[in-house]
Amino acid sequence: MKTVKADPKGVLTGAHYLDGDFAIAEGALAAGCRFFAGYPITPSTETAERFAERIPFVGGIFIQMEDEIASITALIGAAWGGQKAMTVTSGPGFSLMMENIGLAAMMEAPLVIANVQRGGPSTGLPTLVGQGDMMQVKFGSHGDYEIIALCPDSPQECFDLTIKAFNLSETYRVPTFIMTDECVGHMHEKVVIPPADQIDVVERKWYNGPREKYLPYKPDKDLVPFMIKAGDGYRFHTTGLTHDERGYPVINAEAQDWNVRHLVDKIQKNADKIIDYREDETEGADVVVVSFGITSRVAVKAVQQARRAGIKVGTLRLVTVWPFPEKRIRELAGKAKAFVIPELNLGQIRREVERCAFGRAPAIGVPHCGGWVHDPDDILKAIKEAAR
Amino acid sequence: MSTQERPEERNPIEDLLRMDRIPHIWCPGCGIGTVVSSFADALHKSELDLNKVAIVSGIGCTGRVAGYVKLDSFHSTHGRAIPFATGLKLANPELKVVVFSGDGDIAGIGGNHFIHAARRNMDLTIICVNNFNYAMTGGQVAATTPIMANLSTAPFGNFEYPFNLAYLADACGATYVARWTSLHLRRVTKSIQEALGKKGFSFIEVITPCVTLYARRNRLGDGLNLLKYYYDNSEIRHGADTRTVPIDFQGKIIVGKFVDREKPVWLECMNTHLQKTLGEKYRPYGEKP
Amino acid sequence: MTTYFGNLKPKKGNIHINKERCKGCGFCVEYCPKDVLELSEEFNKKGYHPPRVAREEVCCYCQLCEAICPEFSLFVTLKEEEEEGENSESRP
Repeated sequence: MKTVKADPKGVLTGAHYLDGDFAIAEGALAAGCRFFAGYPITPSTETAERFAERIPFVGGIFIQMEDEIASITALIGAAWGGQKAMTVTSGPGFSLMMENIGLAAMMEAPLVIANVQRGGPSTGLPTLVGQGDMMQVKFGSHGDYEIIALCPDSPQECFDLTIKAFNLSETYRVPTFIMTDECVGHMHEKVVIPPADQIDVVERKWYNGPREKYLPYKPDKDLVPFMIKAGDGYRFHTTGLTHDERGYPVINAEAQDWNVRHLVDKIQKNADKIIDYREDETEGADVVVVSFGITSRVAVKAVQQARRAGIKVGTLRLVTVWPFPEKRIRELAGKAKAFVIPELNLGQIRREVERCAFGRAPAIGVPHCGGWVHDPDDILKAIKEAAR
Repeated sequence: MSTQERPEERNPIEDLLRMDRIPHIWCPGCGIGTVVSSFADALHKSELDLNKVAIVSGIGCTGRVAGYVKLDSFHSTHGRAIPFATGLKLANPELKVVVFSGDGDIAGIGGNHFIHAARRNMDLTIICVNNFNYAMTGGQVAATTPIMANLSTAPFGNFEYPFNLAYLADACGATYVARWTSLHLRRVTKSIQEALGKKGFSFIEVITPCVTLYARRNRLGDGLNLLKYYYDNSEIRHGADTRTVPIDFQGKIIVGKFVDREKPVWLECMNTHLQKTLGEKYRPYGEKP
Repeated sequence: MTTYFGNLKPKKGNIHINKERCKGCGFCVEYCPKDVLELSEEFNKKGYHPPRVAREEVCCYCQLCEAICPEFSLFVTLKEEEEEGENSESRP
């Protein structure tokens, strides 16, 4: 994994007052993203608009495609053309992209997709917050595959985690997602962008061995194959069909086993290096509040009140939602009395926590259909119930 | 005698084929192989650096072409070859990107992408093999199937109006539109050469026989009969108005080079426009002579 | 040897056939302008009748069989002048 300093052309160093959507665009430019293909959808459109305004001065491509399907497909093409590429969308567009997210996972194309979640299902609440796509980001496309999903809770994190998303996608040659939400996306806060030489950017894992020995999908020691780009004379082939190390389609069970396990192992076996979360006072806690995105900020209020009431509450804020921090949840399940999981959906991450807790601690959800953030009192009530 | 007896003699097409995957999966009498031959011939005759030519296919019988051609080749999802090619081309403008796919892939599920790429005048060459059905899945009716033709999802005959693809491409803004049958070997090669040599959205439709499905279901004989039929009933009319060249079931097929004009491509438009509006602050993208 | 316009000689071709890849479509036989090829009686491994060179001396190196074959299993090389009159190796 080769790390370089960010290209100063794309880094808007300074302290800014930005909303989450804009911060994502700035993060992408700082990370070296020079290709954006998107389609407008509330509440994500601002990211596309910001990118369109900035890219002529940084140098790169902004193209508004005819739909989200074209957007994600163009990103995969751009990845094979050698560029770092991103798009941004929300629920309905996310659903449209699913087939080709599978193609990106299968072709192991590095790219970044931001989903500024809104109330669903279907057209739902275009202008109001939701967090209902958390399962979809992992399981939305057909078949078994792994992805990485990050969850910022502020415009500053939108900037930071976008850079991290690009770095992760290049390190693991996997589509990486930024699962933010309408609240964080439209919230204006201070975003500090450091100078370019303080930003570390991971370069693509380019192949530099003997040309005739190159195999597009032969995993390296870290389980990630080396990548090349079109136009370098390798005359390689890549396909969405089940394929072997050469990239040629092979239609039988052995090849399927090899191929799918490779896609899954690549992330699962490196999960320890990918998983990231923020813990607070979880040691000795009776109740652990597991949250992500905007809900984690609302939960802060509830946790403060609970602590004042004498309940030993710890918080686990998920920075990476996928791969899910199974190990940590399992450890905490042995020590805490219960988990409380507030989220703006009817229990998607609650299921994961319950699964990983192995029955040792109940997972009490604080569901909310979206449209507004939780009332901290609801979270407090759940914490008090968990403490009993 | 087989080629093994004279090892120094090789079929010249083999340096453009992935010989480790030949023989291919297409049926006896299928026209796709012939179109690939014409395409390889065009690549040999053109002056392009073949390391900078990329080919993108979709799904379907013709979609398998990318798997057999020895260029940087991409086999994407159904109907999405054109946006894939768009991303590839814009990410690296030095590449010459060819989309080689079927009528169902390009004009059916991929219709939206087709019309927008043509509208934008993306610098792509589209070779559309038109066999009037979705062959890979067993011969279903497609957007190009002529009225009255019988296919598995139109078992009593097709009653839907089909596309006139040449007209569609022309109407959307393509700068090069040609149609041939797969027997027009050297003319197909010449059209591909011309399209590769010019910038802009080029669309070449090649009518080919589909033996196992279209011909069999419609009692049109075998590949040879259908190929002969297409060729014998074709009439060359260069520069014809694309509105006047629809294809009826077993009717006359007008072929030729219908459209050949010059228009700035998307990248040129972007660079020119932003240079004009933003002046010196604009960083032009991918300018190559 | 017939010549035209002084010294112009018609080209002649050696036809190389990959019998095992042939799928018996018949395009080459039908469209050869000189009727050089015909379908043979023998079977290849797939059960098709591959073509054979029937009238080798009239092949004029037009390479249409090479261009039309959908299986890429036919190609024509230019017969050098010294080979004229010798037994051609392309006769099966």
